[in-house]
Amino acid sequence: MPPPASLSPSSTTASGLRPARRRSGLLRSQAFCGVVFIAPALIGFTFFYLLPTIRAFYIGLTNWSLLRAPKWVGFDNYVRLFNDEKFWKAIWVTFLYVLYNIPIQTVLGLLIAVLLKQLTGSVLVRSVMLTPFLISNVIAAMIWFYMFDPVLGFVNVMLKAIGLGAHPFFSDPNLALPTIAFINIWRHMGYTALLFYTGLQSIPEHLYEAARIEGSSEWRTFRSITLPLLRPVLVFVLVTSVIGSFQIFDTIAVTTQGGPGTSTRTILWYIYQEGFVSMRMGYASAMSTVLFLGLVLVTLVQMRVLRSGESDLS
Amino acid sequence: MKKSSKRIPVGQWLGYAALLILAIISIGPLWIAVKTALSGPTAWLTSAGSLVPHETTLFNFQRVLGFVDSSDPRITQTGMAKINFFRALLNSVIFTVLAVAPQIFFSATAAYAFARLKFPGRDLLFFLFIAATMIPGAVLFIPNFILIKDLGWLNTFQGMAAPYALMTPFAVFYLRQVFLATPKDVEEAARIDGASYFSIFFKMILPMHSGALATLAILVTVGTWNEFFWPFLIGREENVRVIAVAINAFRTQQQAGSPDWTGLMACTVLGMIPMIALLVFFGRKVVESFQFSGGK
Repeated sequence: MPPPASLSPSSTTASGLRPARRRSGLLRSQAFCGVVFIAPALIGFTFFYLLPTIRAFYIGLTNWSLLRAPKWVGFDNYVRLFNDEKFWKAIWVTFLYVLYNIPIQTVLGLLIAVLLKQLTGSVLVRSVMLTPFLISNVIAAMIWFYMFDPVLGFVNVMLKAIGLGAHPFFSDPNLALPTIAFINIWRHMGYTALLFYTGLQSIPEHLYEAARIEGSSEWRTFRSITLPLLRPVLVFVLVTSVIGSFQIFDTIAVTTQGGPGTSTRTILWYIYQEGFVSMRMGYASAMSTVLFLGLVLVTLVQMRVLRSGESDLS
Repeated sequence: MKKSSKRIPVGQWLGYAALLILAIISIGPLWIAVKTALSGPTAWLTSAGSLVPHETTLFNFQRVLGFVDSSDPRITQTGMAKINFFRALLNSVIFTVLAVAPQIFFSATAAYAFARLKFPGRDLLFFLFIAATMIPGAVLFIPNFILIKDLGWLNTFQGMAAPYALMTPFAVFYLRQVFLATPKDVEEAARIDGASYFSIFFKMILPMHSGALATLAILVTVGTWNEFFWPFLIGREENVRVIAVAINAFRTQQQAGSPDWTGLMACTVLGMIPMIALLVFFGRKVVESFQFSGGK
């Protein structure tokens, strides 16, 4: 805790000048005002970020159904988790989902960004591409659940019309997870494209002129100028979308609820089921701690692979 | 990619065609939802592949908003449940306002302190705030749920809004960057004239950065309006549940095989109208807010 503000000598301004009029020493003190300005946010931070992070780890060391007091079990939950086939299956399903989701979303985002830059910067077109992102996961999932309905869904009616026959997209164990990834790609591709588009705008035009004078092909220019200079944006997009994808929940809650079988039981859905349906808060917390550490690891690997610390403009 | 003077027109047309297809994929499904919601609840069954409403009516909107009496033959005939979506829309507005307005104000005061005021422990605290942006919601939701439960705030608006209302690391970080990027000579001049930090914050900082505050408000409002997981854990009862939670509840109530699609699509359309309206009325501002949300 900071010392009492009245003892702090910092009531001079940054320029070193004393305030012209001094009414109340306390209200003039930088330290006092600083603490007052930060206090509400600090309370929020302490109760909803700092303490819960510590508590999550503690709960993971107990067995707790919320009905009785938590029972200390040490690292039992972690041992159990290590031998829990369902846990590893959920990790695998989540990993597959990320694998379907991220490359397609990123490539489509890049493609749209390049098309926008080359053909039109119109706000209308950018608005249209952003629209799915303004709609919630739940509504997006609901609309596509309807579009893919085996009998009345628009997609299946069209597939039947062109002779391909209807597919039960959400009740086929092989199709359910890719279909959920598709919904996420649909919602995020335009937003990703806008982030890349901003990155493209910041690349100096003279670099392209130089490439043109040297007779570089479009693809080569893209590989050796656009892509490297886009790396800061690429790092941001990949890191945030990978972290988000590992926590997929909403779409699954609305559509498959983990099924058919276990084909869409992702890690957060499993944690939710263990914690809030089976009331095993300790085990659920242990899994969420492992997920957290896994995400830190994945992020560090991404930063390393993408060499996020280095600049390309030299 | 370069803007080549000898660009082949064929490639350009292919580019326009690709953009058009992607645009149709982006908003086409929304139209299908709208046309279904506008179709008669039974007439629609025979025209699922149509691109326009069949027997156009506002009946589905009226019934999900609770404006149609439940003894109405059109409801009893089709056996469709009465849905009170009006309440859910109202709840979403309350939740969003309670979570967003104080969050932006208190994040702004904190950001100002981090950017301009020296106080003991400031840099350590800022480091902790930044570190908090890395903590996934998947870790926080169990302890936060237990805290809200212990406070007796389950199924209350304060329970749903509390974790967002005092700060989010993103809002603090974003505003601190904005405040740091502006020169501080004007503020220093005001200090020399005897203005307090409070009057500088309210009379100079907030008005001067109204554009950035609006950008943040747009980003945070869209995110909060669309939030599902946390309200789903805390507020499931009808008197507090927000649209996303209500839509999920309607969907899981449906009997397998014969969902009330026209009613569900009316709900989804009502749920997305506010965000689409934001885009229609403030198009450029919204697009640019999201475009620069990546940090630059």
